[in-house]
Amino acid sequence: MLEYRIEIALWALSGVLPFIMFSLWSQNDVGNSFGLNDIGLARYFLSAFLVRQFSVVWVVFSFEEDSLSGRLSPYLLQPLHPLFRYIASHLAEQATRLPFAIAIAISFFILNPSSFWLPSLPQLFFAYLSTHFAFTIAFLLQSLVAALCFWTEKSSALERLIFVPYLFLSGLLVPLSAFPSNVLKVAMLTPFPYLINFPAKILSGMPVHIFNGFLAQILWISILVPSVNILWKLGVKRYTAMGA
Amino acid sequence: MHNNPSDLIVVDQLSKYYRVANKQPGFKGTLKHFFDRKTYDVPAVTDISFKISRGEVVGFLGANGAGKTTLLKMMCGLIHPSIGLVDVGGFSPQRRQTAFLKEITLVMGQKQQLIWDLPPMDSLYVNAAVYGLSDHEAKVRINELAEMLELGEELTRPVRKLSLGQRMKSEILAALLHKPSVLFLDEPTLGLDVNAQARVRSFLSEYNKRTGATILLTSHYMADITALCPRVICIHKGKLFYDGDLDSLANSLSPSREVKVELKNPSASEQFVKYGEIQDLNDRFVCLLVSRDKLTDVVSNLLTEFDIIDLEISDPPIDKLIGELFIKGEVN
Repeated sequence: MLEYRIEIALWALSGVLPFIMFSLWSQNDVGNSFGLNDIGLARYFLSAFLVRQFSVVWVVFSFEEDSLSGRLSPYLLQPLHPLFRYIASHLAEQATRLPFAIAIAISFFILNPSSFWLPSLPQLFFAYLSTHFAFTIAFLLQSLVAALCFWTEKSSALERLIFVPYLFLSGLLVPLSAFPSNVLKVAMLTPFPYLINFPAKILSGMPVHIFNGFLAQILWISILVPSVNILWKLGVKRYTAMGA
Repeated sequence: MHNNPSDLIVVDQLSKYYRVANKQPGFKGTLKHFFDRKTYDVPAVTDISFKISRGEVVGFLGANGAGKTTLLKMMCGLIHPSIGLVDVGGFSPQRRQTAFLKEITLVMGQKQQLIWDLPPMDSLYVNAAVYGLSDHEAKVRINELAEMLELGEELTRPVRKLSLGQRMKSEILAALLHKPSVLFLDEPTLGLDVNAQARVRSFLSEYNKRTGATILLTSHYMADITALCPRVICIHKGKLFYDGDLDSLANSLSPSREVKVELKNPSASEQFVKYGEIQDLNDRFVCLLVSRDKLTDVVSNLLTEFDIIDLEISDPPIDKLIGELFIKGEVN
């Protein structure tokens, strides 16, 4: 079982991209150009790391594997929508990530003591809620692509179409405030800024329009839920249960 | 199609076509496949109709690719028919209504629903939750089925550490946890050794007797069919060509019986030609294929004319007959 324990630790360490970006942007005061000092940058990227830990989604890969191997067949014949199985797997994984995320946050504060802060209870509550909504949006977006498995069989390749804009527009590489205003306006029309940037800003205490942010998250969820539902129903009719 | 109240499953003029595209080898073939793909419909099942009563055990026979698994998948609701109707207990399977899904189960040999890295017991409790069973109900049911399947400590070992036979039995347990009344079994003994096959067969027979469940089974092992299925449905190239009891099928397939004789002294083959078709002649042993209507006379004459140590009359092996049937594609 040792390999499984190591794998869990590696999962947690695999999301360190925000720390790499922090070390990059904190060189030569680049952060100042988008309105953040070193402490602000540190808090933002630590928050981005934490939000990412609890909103990361891989349903398209699991679904594709299950679909191609035939494991989806028994799931389709149970009185529970198969997507709930994947939701349960994600939530279980998030619970497993929690101690590692806390340990990494403590290590970060030891290395950067000046960046230490404790969010207020309302901040924590709203950050928690918006992270859950971020996870829901990310899950629905990937489920939409996963449902294409019923047509393409290799929908993980299409996932790249989401991953690239996600990488640039979510705030994982750089806070969105660094973008030119016209790019920012377009970005805010997509679901991506509400996946990392919005919850991370709440958690790190940066100024943010909480009402607008939640409204946008709820709007995206209300668009994506029926979209996934319709695509799924259409796709299931085409299911050929290959490999089963 | 008129439905009789005793009919649990009604299949009416059912057809299924799969859309496929062929690709020629090489770079040119790949480019053509990408830009100018030609697709066409391949019939997997064509115009099949039959009815199955509650509590029946029915075997589906057919060569690889005959369409029996496609038929099973349509009856359990996994895939949608192209043409025709399926009715299972008043439900249209492809709609996958909760009440229907709680009444059926599908077991596929070598395809597992158990979580690989966890013991079967964890998957069993997940299934119990999915089907709305309380912990107490699940525990009682697991104990009952585990006893029937002779499963014990295996249920608390990771699935990946179990033998194929133990895994298959655990799969069957997981599939039957919610007390389904219709079992769709696709090659449930595939890859199992002879003893494990026999245990699964005796369990299914016992389950059918205890619960009155309807069992629909496909298998490449004739022993599964002969041990479990009084009725068989034969499918060849997507079409139904026999639906009836197994004994009648054997009789119509082979109007002859095998007569094996052990002689006291070796005899020449010419002496046996008049009695029937010589299947085998080896020193003092001879095997004849004798027409059923001449059987009594032949046996009587053999006993009179030869010094015989032993004589045995049997039907030719059913799997051999079925094999020939698949090649021929029709019943006489």
